[in-house]
Amino acid sequence: MAAIETFGLEKTYKVGFWRKRPRRALKPLTLAVEEGEVFGFLGPNGAGKTTTLRLLMGLVFPTSGSARILDRELDDPEMKRQIGFLPEQPYFYDHLTAAELLHYYARLSGVDPRERSRRVDKVLARVGMEEHRNLQLRKFSKGMLQRVGIAQAIVHEPRLLFFDEPMSGLDPIGRREMRDLMQELNEEGKTIFFSTHILSDAESLCDRVAVLHEGELRDIGVVADIAREVSGQVELLWNGVAALPAISVLGGKCHATRDTVRAVLPERSLDAALDALRAKGCRLISVTPVRITLEDYFLSKLHAKPAEPEVRA
Amino acid sequence: MRRSVARIGTIALNTFREAVRDRVLYNLIVFTALVVGCSLLVGQVSLAIERIVLVNLGLTSISLFGIVIAILLGIGLVSKEMEKRTLYTVVAARPVRRWEFILGKWLGLVGTLTVNAAMMSAAFFGALLLLAHHLNRGDLGLVVAIYFILLQYVLMTSLALLFSTFSSPLLSAVFSFCMFIIGSFADDLRGFALMAHGPARWVGLGLSYVVPNFASLNVITQVAHSVPVGGHLVLLETVYVLLYAGAVVSCAVLVFEHRNMK
Repeated sequence: MAAIETFGLEKTYKVGFWRKRPRRALKPLTLAVEEGEVFGFLGPNGAGKTTTLRLLMGLVFPTSGSARILDRELDDPEMKRQIGFLPEQPYFYDHLTAAELLHYYARLSGVDPRERSRRVDKVLARVGMEEHRNLQLRKFSKGMLQRVGIAQAIVHEPRLLFFDEPMSGLDPIGRREMRDLMQELNEEGKTIFFSTHILSDAESLCDRVAVLHEGELRDIGVVADIAREVSGQVELLWNGVAALPAISVLGGKCHATRDTVRAVLPERSLDAALDALRAKGCRLISVTPVRITLEDYFLSKLHAKPAEPEVRA
Repeated sequence: MRRSVARIGTIALNTFREAVRDRVLYNLIVFTALVVGCSLLVGQVSLAIERIVLVNLGLTSISLFGIVIAILLGIGLVSKEMEKRTLYTVVAARPVRRWEFILGKWLGLVGTLTVNAAMMSAAFFGALLLLAHHLNRGDLGLVVAIYFILLQYVLMTSLALLFSTFSSPLLSAVFSFCMFIIGSFADDLRGFALMAHGPARWVGLGLSYVVPNFASLNVITQVAHSVPVGGHLVLLETVYVLLYAGAVVSCAVLVFEHRNMK
């Protein structure tokens, strides 16, 4: 079963004070996210990622199209009981302590009163905030708020999690911890849909990614397949600078460190380059095909034509 | 239905807790100082009318303090939550319907104002005891006047909440304050309309019935002079406020149900 399905989901805002003019924040979006996968929603700022999340969360209404989450309508309370949401740069009731806030959300989510305290203690420990459980949120740093944000998203043990830029504002240690936590949650069987513009996070976490640009879906790719793809270029490493001019003529981009030279050149020039190295008496260290990174994939899709809508059986 | 009631109660309790922790009830200190100070002062300077002066001053202060708090807190009930995006985690990923959120916020503020009024009333009766040394059966009218003030709070909270669903806090404050002023002169507006002719008469009359009638909820002068308030008036005003507030809160729900939260 698909955890999330959108069918031509579209959003146009009216902007301007006197003369309102339409601004299309999201062009018709059709995609499906399967249960159990980590799905990354990539795009530069203003691509339409947050708009999509707000549409899915029922915070804004679509201009046209529709969506279903866990095979239910977007306003279905039973579905809402099974999802968790971390907004971008979350802000919570700062008069409450961390524990009070989580109790509040647990109550709203309908968590059994006998279970509530145990769940709150568990998630506070999980996000490393048990020491600060009785501190008012107004005294929290940005990183601490982000942890509480995660805690509130999982306190009711949802099946599906939506995270909007979960790593933004976190220091490297916080980012690492967040990545680990997301991985753990996925291993527990939870589906994760998250938006980000930090490609390394997406690369290490996601099963699939969608690239969004200017409100338009550019492509959906499987991360493992992208990582297997080669770019049609090879990287040569050798000792001896005598062959440098010959390799440059073959289109190689060379970088020398003392006697060791690294060059990236088209695969079709490989034989000629090896001949040149042999002729100049250089010692070859390695030949490696250059693989496509998620960054290469992402950049290529930003300038590509929009993707065809996903066809479902 | 039971789940809805539980969620509304949870939101109401949080709204109350927020007001208490944001030190809103600190106004009680100012109020108590004002009323007790005045009771001591009028006891020294007035002859025979000191009770009337204290009742007028005390009840008017309870009314105004509460109305100001209703406006100040009411205008931020929804707009502040949207601005700070705190409601994202409440209505987006919880089984909380938008109407439950509105009703919870409204009940929370009405509860806060009721507690506030109860405390101010206690201070007021304390000052009265200080001045008159005893309370009598006629003072029961004061309780009715305080009940009417509570009804004013309910009206004001509903209006501020409605404005808060579609407008900025500043504009909401202006709208709410204007409604209170116009509503306080609703009876005069009706009187002027009856003296007018043609369309002005009908427009004036229509307006006087549409605006919230705060004037009819003001029985302070009456009880200050120990004139009893009839039971039928209490019933009538209660029904009026419940219907009016119900209509205004329904409008707030309607606006909020269709609002995009950007």
